[in-house]
Amino acid sequence: MKKLAIISVAAVTLLSSTLFSAETLKILTWKGYAPKALVEKFEKQTGIKVELTYSNNEEMISKLRATRGAGFDLAQPSQDRISSVQAKYKIYKALDYSKINSSQVITSMLEAVKKNTKVGNESFAVPFCYGTSGLIVNTKLAPNVKDYSDLLNPSYKGKISYRLKRPTLIAIAFSKGDDPFAKYGDVKAYKKLMDGVAKDLKKAKPYVKNYWANGDALLGMIRSGEVTVAMGWDNGGWKLHKENPDLDFIAPKSGALGWIDTFAIPSKAKNVEGAYKWINFILKPENAAYFTNDSGYGTASNGAIALLDAEKKADFQRSFSKADIDNIKWYPPVPAKLEKIEGKILDKIKSAR
Amino acid sequence: MPIFLWLFLLIVLPHIELFLMSLKYENDMGDMVWSLQNYGEFFAEEIYWLTFIRVALYSILVTFLTFVITFPIAFYITKIVSVKYKGFLIILLLMPFWVSELVRVYGWMILLRESGVINYFLQALGLIDKPIEMLYNDVSMIMGLVYTSMLFMVVPLISSLDGMDDSYIEAAHDLGASKIVIFFKIVIPYTAPGIVSGSIVVFMLTLGNYLTPNLMGGKNSLWFTEQIYNQFIASFNWNQGAAFGFLLLILSSFIIWLGLKLTKQNLTKALS
Amino acid sequence: MNQSLVIESLKKSFGDFKAVDGIDFYVEEGKFFSILGPSGCGKTTLLRMIAGFLEPSSGSIRICGDEMIGISPNKRPVNLVFQNLALFPMMDVGENIAFGLKRQNFSKKEIEEKVKNILEKVHLTGYERKNVSNLSGGQKQRVAIARSLVLEPSILLLDEPLGALDLKLREQMKIELKKLQNEFGTTFIYITHDQSEALVMSDKVAVMNNGKFEQIDTPKNLYANPKTSFVANFVGETNKFEAKLIDDAGVVKTKEGIDFRVNLIDKNIKKDCFVFIRPEAIVMMVEGNMEDMNYFDLSIKTILFDGSNTKVLATLNDTEHEIMVSLPQNRKFAHIKEGEVISAGVHISDCKCYE
Repeated sequence: MKKLAIISVAAVTLLSSTLFSAETLKILTWKGYAPKALVEKFEKQTGIKVELTYSNNEEMISKLRATRGAGFDLAQPSQDRISSVQAKYKIYKALDYSKINSSQVITSMLEAVKKNTKVGNESFAVPFCYGTSGLIVNTKLAPNVKDYSDLLNPSYKGKISYRLKRPTLIAIAFSKGDDPFAKYGDVKAYKKLMDGVAKDLKKAKPYVKNYWANGDALLGMIRSGEVTVAMGWDNGGWKLHKENPDLDFIAPKSGALGWIDTFAIPSKAKNVEGAYKWINFILKPENAAYFTNDSGYGTASNGAIALLDAEKKADFQRSFSKADIDNIKWYPPVPAKLEKIEGKILDKIKSAR
Repeated sequence: MPIFLWLFLLIVLPHIELFLMSLKYENDMGDMVWSLQNYGEFFAEEIYWLTFIRVALYSILVTFLTFVITFPIAFYITKIVSVKYKGFLIILLLMPFWVSELVRVYGWMILLRESGVINYFLQALGLIDKPIEMLYNDVSMIMGLVYTSMLFMVVPLISSLDGMDDSYIEAAHDLGASKIVIFFKIVIPYTAPGIVSGSIVVFMLTLGNYLTPNLMGGKNSLWFTEQIYNQFIASFNWNQGAAFGFLLLILSSFIIWLGLKLTKQNLTKALS
Repeated sequence: MNQSLVIESLKKSFGDFKAVDGIDFYVEEGKFFSILGPSGCGKTTLLRMIAGFLEPSSGSIRICGDEMIGISPNKRPVNLVFQNLALFPMMDVGENIAFGLKRQNFSKKEIEEKVKNILEKVHLTGYERKNVSNLSGGQKQRVAIARSLVLEPSILLLDEPLGALDLKLREQMKIELKKLQNEFGTTFIYITHDQSEALVMSDKVAVMNNGKFEQIDTPKNLYANPKTSFVANFVGETNKFEAKLIDDAGVVKTKEGIDFRVNLIDKNIKKDCFVFIRPEAIVMMVEGNMEDMNYFDLSIKTILFDGSNTKVLATLNDTEHEIMVSLPQNRKFAHIKEGEVISAGVHISDCKCYE
C-alpha cells in the first residue's frame, strides 16, 4: 500500500512537471519551415519547447475552423488565404505589430501582407517566406517546355504530373492568355473561365501520368525519369538541379505564381508571447539565411540576403530573368465563394473519363 | 442500461452535430438556413451519385475478389495444413498488418512503379524492353484494396471454418456429393455467417477507404470519401461534406441490407 | 447366401505403425456384423477404409463382388453413420435426408416420397421441417440412420453412434437399431468398444486387437468359448489368475498358491499361463467331491447390490486375491452376509487356461 502511494505521488509529480513546468509553443506549419537546428537553438535560448504539426493551407484552415481557433499558438497560412477565412470564421487574432521587430522584415513585403490580410481595421499576418510555382522539367528529355500549356501537351504523354488543386487551375487559366486574378471579384466570369480550364484539363487527362499529392514523391518520379514535365515549387526544382543538371525549375512564359507564407496567431492561442518570440527569432538575418540555405525558399528577412549561399543566388538567377521576375503573378486574397466553385470543378476533372 | 448510455455517448452523440450541420445550407444571401438542399445536391449533380455508384460497385467487386482469394487460404490453414504450422501461418498472414496501411501501400508502389522492382527484373530478364506503368490504374488500385482487406476476410473465415467439423465434409462425400457440391452445399452454407461478417467489414472498409485509391489509383480513381474530404478541406463546405457522410452511411447500409436479403442471410447470426 | 463384403489380407500402415495388420473376413448379406475392440485397435481405420476415406496399403475390399480399391467414397454403395452423426446444422430434417437423394438426381416428387417413407419407418413421421438442433439425442440418431438408409446402400457402416447417448437411451437404441436392421434387411457393420452393444445386436462379432482380428464368432460362442486370452478378458466380465502349469494334464498353481484343474484352450502352454473364470460359473454353497469340479472356500468381503446383476466380492481360501461371483436372485442366497465364509466350486471346463 505504502509502495503504491509513493509510486502514485511520484507519477503525479512527474506528470505535472511535464505539464506545467515546460512552456510549449505549438506551431501549425509546412514541412521544412522550422529546421531542426533552429528549433533546438530556440529551445535553448528561451526554454520554450516547440511542437510542430505539418499541414497545408486547406487543412490548416479546416483544423482551426474545427476547433474555432484553438489547439495551436502559431499558424503559417499563405497570405491570400487569410482575409476571407478570417471574415467568415474568425480563427485568427489581430496582430500587435509593435511586438514584431519590423526592421528585420522587408518593408514592401510587410506592407503588402498587412494590406492583403486586412479585415476591418486590423491586419492578421507577418510575411515569413515566399516562393513560386512553375514548371519542373527534365530539360534533356523535354527540351521544348516553355509554359503551363505544356502540361496539356500530348507529346509528353504519360510523363506529365501536376496537383489537382487550385494553383493548377490558375496556372492553366494564365496560359490561356486570361487573367484569373482580375476576375476574382466577378464570380460569374470566374466560373466561366474555370469551366473552360476544366474542359482543357479533362481533354488532356489521357496525357497526365498522375495527380501528385506529395512533394517528395513528385521529386522522386522526376529524379527517376518517370516524369519529365511537372508543375511544382521552385525550391524542389533547384534541389533536383543540384543532383542532376538536366533537371531544373523553369519560370513559365505566362508567369510563375508567387506566394507568400506568413505567420498568423490563432484566436485561442495559449502562448501568444511565445509566438511573437518565435516570429522575431526566425526572422533574424542569420536564422532566416539558415532557413533559406536549408530549404531553398525565399525569405522575408531584411538582412538575410547578404548571408545566402552563392548557389542559392545562382539558382534564382538561372530560373528568373529580369522579365520573369516582373512577370511573377502574386496571389491576391481569395474571395470566399471561389473555393466552392473550384472544389466542384476539381471533383469533375477527377471523375471524368 | 449503462451500456446503452455508453453506446449513446460514444456513437450517437458525436454524430448529432454532424447531422444538424448536414441540414444547414447557405442560401444566396449568405445566411445559413435549414434545408435538405445538401442532400438534394447529391442526386442533382451527376458526378456525385455516379461516383458513389462506381465506388459501391468497385467495393462489391473488391469484397468478392477478397473472398475468392482468401477462402482457399483459410481452408488450407484450417483443414489441410497440420496443426503444428497453423499458428505460424496465421502469424505470417497477420504480419503485414503490423505496419500501417500507408507503409503497405508505399511498399506496393515501390514494387509496381515504372522504375520499380518488378519492372527492373522484367527488363533484366529481357522480357520487356521498355518499363511498363503498372501503377495508377484501376487494376492496381483494386489489387491494393484487396490486399488491404484480406485480413478482415480471412479471420472470420478461419474462425467459422475452424468451427466446422470435418465429419460434415466426409458425411456429404459419403452421401454421394462431389467436391464441388460439397463446397457449395456444405462448406459455403456452413461458413455463411463468417462470410457475411467478413464481407460486411471488407465492403465498409473499402467503401470508406481513402488512402489506397488516392495513392495507387490513377487520375480516374475518384473515391467517394475523397469527395467528402474535398468538401470539408478544399471547398470549406462542411455542410455538404456532412450530408455526403450521412449519405455514405445510409446508402452503404442499404446495400448491405439488400445483400443480406438477396443471399437470405441474417445479420444477427453473422455477427454472433 | 451372398456375401456383401469380402476383405482379404487388408493392411494399412502409418509410417512404422501398423494400424490394420492383415485382416481377412466376409460379411453375409443382411447380417448385423460388429467389430469390437479397445480404442486404438485399428477398428476405425478399418471402417474408414471400407467407407473409402482411407486407401489401404495393400489388400482387397470387395462389396457385392466389386473391387472398391481406388473408388472414392461418393461412388461406393456403402454409407457411414458418423460417431457425432454429422447432421448438417444448416438444413432441416427433410433436407438432411434428401441430400444424398438429390445427388442421385431423383425427381422432386420421388425425393419427397422417399423422405416421407423413411421418416415413417424410423418413427419420425411429419418431422421433415424440424430443425436438427431441436431434436433429442435418439431422434438425431434415427435421422442420421434414415439419411443413410434412404439411399439403400449395400452396407451401412456405423461408427460408435451410441457413444454420445446416456445409458438409458443407449439401452433403448440398441434394441431399436436391431429392429431397424431386421426391418430393412440391410447389412450393418457396427464399430464399438462396448462389448454389450456388440453382443446384444450382432449376428456375428469380430474382436479386434493390435490391428488383427482375434476371433470372429457369434456373440454366444464368443462369450462361451473365447479362443484367445484377449477375447476372454475383453468380452464379458471375468476373473483372471496368473498361474503356472504344474501338470501337463491340466493342473495349474496360481500366483497366490491355489491349485486348479483347468480346461487347456491353448495346447502349447509351456509354463506361464492365465486362467479365466466367469463370475456366473462359480457355484456357491456346494460341497462334495465330484470329479470335474474345483472346490474352494470364499470369504465374503462386499456385496455389490445391483438388482438382477448383484455380485459378491470375495477372497479365495485364505489368500488376498479378490474375485467376483454372481449372486443368483433367489431366496437361497438371501442370508449371505459380509464376513461369512462359504464353500464354493467351479466346473473344470469353466476354468479356461490360455498362454
